[in-house]
Amino acid sequence: MALLESPRTRRRALRAATLTLGCLPAVWLVHAAFTDGLGANPVEKITHETGAWAIRFLMGSLLVTPLRRLTGWRNLTLERRTLGLFAFFYACLHFSTYLGLDLGFELGSLGEDISERPYITVGFATFLILGALAATSTRAAARRLGRRWKPLHRLVYLAGIGAVVHFLWLVKADTREPLIYAAILASLLGIRLWWRFQARRRSPQRSPDRVAG
Amino acid sequence: MLIRRGHEPRENDVTPEAVYLRRREFLTTSVSAGLGAAAFGSAFLTGCGPGEASAGSQATLPTKLLPTVPGPPALATDEERTRYEDATRYNNFYEFGTDKTDPARYAGSLRPEPWSVVVEGEVAKPGRVPLEDLLKPHPLQERIYRLRCVEAWSMVIPWVGIPLGDVIARMQPTSRAKYVAFETLLDPDQMPGQRRRVLDWPYREGLRIDEAMHPLAILVVGMYGKVLPNQNGAPLRLMVPWKYGFKSIKSIVKIRLQEDQPATSWNISASREYGFYANVNPEVDHPRWSQARERRIGDLRKRPTLMFNGYADQVASLYSGMDLRKQF
Repeated sequence: MALLESPRTRRRALRAATLTLGCLPAVWLVHAAFTDGLGANPVEKITHETGAWAIRFLMGSLLVTPLRRLTGWRNLTLERRTLGLFAFFYACLHFSTYLGLDLGFELGSLGEDISERPYITVGFATFLILGALAATSTRAAARRLGRRWKPLHRLVYLAGIGAVVHFLWLVKADTREPLIYAAILASLLGIRLWWRFQARRRSPQRSPDRVAG
Repeated sequence: MLIRRGHEPRENDVTPEAVYLRRREFLTTSVSAGLGAAAFGSAFLTGCGPGEASAGSQATLPTKLLPTVPGPPALATDEERTRYEDATRYNNFYEFGTDKTDPARYAGSLRPEPWSVVVEGEVAKPGRVPLEDLLKPHPLQERIYRLRCVEAWSMVIPWVGIPLGDVIARMQPTSRAKYVAFETLLDPDQMPGQRRRVLDWPYREGLRIDEAMHPLAILVVGMYGKVLPNQNGAPLRLMVPWKYGFKSIKSIVKIRLQEDQPATSWNISASREYGFYANVNPEVDHPRWSQARERRIGDLRKRPTLMFNGYADQVASLYSGMDLRKQF
């Protein structure tokens, strides 16, 4: 692995890995669509898969900070935004499949769904949060927003909860899969709370952000 | 009362000789289908790689044809039939798993032969009836019905079966028989999905007696001219085409006539969401999603859902005077 010895090469390899990972589900879906691999109800399959990948990439982006603290590998932070953008990308595919093929682009039906069906209310709100985060994910936006950028991007925790609740509220009886995501999310949020609590206890005067794990 | 059918065979009760002579064909077909599935199943377990569930195995699709007579033309739809591959690989049959593809993957462990049905409750002759005896007096009919799932997708399927009403009439219900209750097989070895308590097993369903006697309600033993595949509810299932699919219980082992409304599985699981009647109704939404439209399997876009799944002319009178929003 001599190639990976220079920090720059390592960064690039990590970058390439993230981009490849992010594109793979989409490539697989397109391939399956052209080879009769989506089953009897391809629209439902696409809706479920794009939704599931949005959740997975969202969890992936939430995993970055804990992983960095545990491994000390700072480069990981560079991938957080990419993972978040992939989450938004799959959420876009998810939402447009629903809007176009389930609702036939009828905005009246969309309004009715959002106001009357809690799992869609939550899903739509989550989609809006991801959109706002994606729109303000550039360096220029971060500079423009200044101090407000960080609190805004803490909404990602809410998006994570929204995505899992959306999934949990739509299943009929078998809650196993959404509960797995709920458990993952609980660990990802729980470890942050724990660290924050530890930091407060050890040095109440200092800002928790500056305490290394 | 409703059940004043004669017990002497009427002319159309008599099995045509051709059908009678070929009844063994049905039996051998189901036997070979069962054996085939078992053989394929063991091959799968020994020869195949990891990743597949250890319980359950893929079911082979039956190939032999069932002899049928056409059903009443007025009850058939001329809409395009759903592809057989779709109707046999996209199923809700939680006894084999909750994914739509699970039944096709794991229903090979079901042994539909031999099969018998327990008949009990308010009937003159309760007892255990071998499936072939239950079917023997009735010529198999083909009935092409729309099937509307509560999840807002639908299919058009040519079923092979017999009128449920004729079978119930032969059981000689008493005057106290107001409802018919059905039960699916309970056997986690054959139905690996029952190892998880996703529903309160065994699966239970029921009909009001006048619904059960309606000529549209049938007991199904085949589809697309062939023996019913395991994943579609072999060897005996109900089909009530004006109700959501979950009413049409699969792999039936018990039929009980009774005075009280029976408890039904999805109603037990979520009574706000799944009523006893479960009539297809575009105006009464499921609490979590709209029932106004449905996706016909094979279509990209959705289409409007019809009242009573398009069978309003035949069945609406069963519910006159009822508030279908409350009795959903």
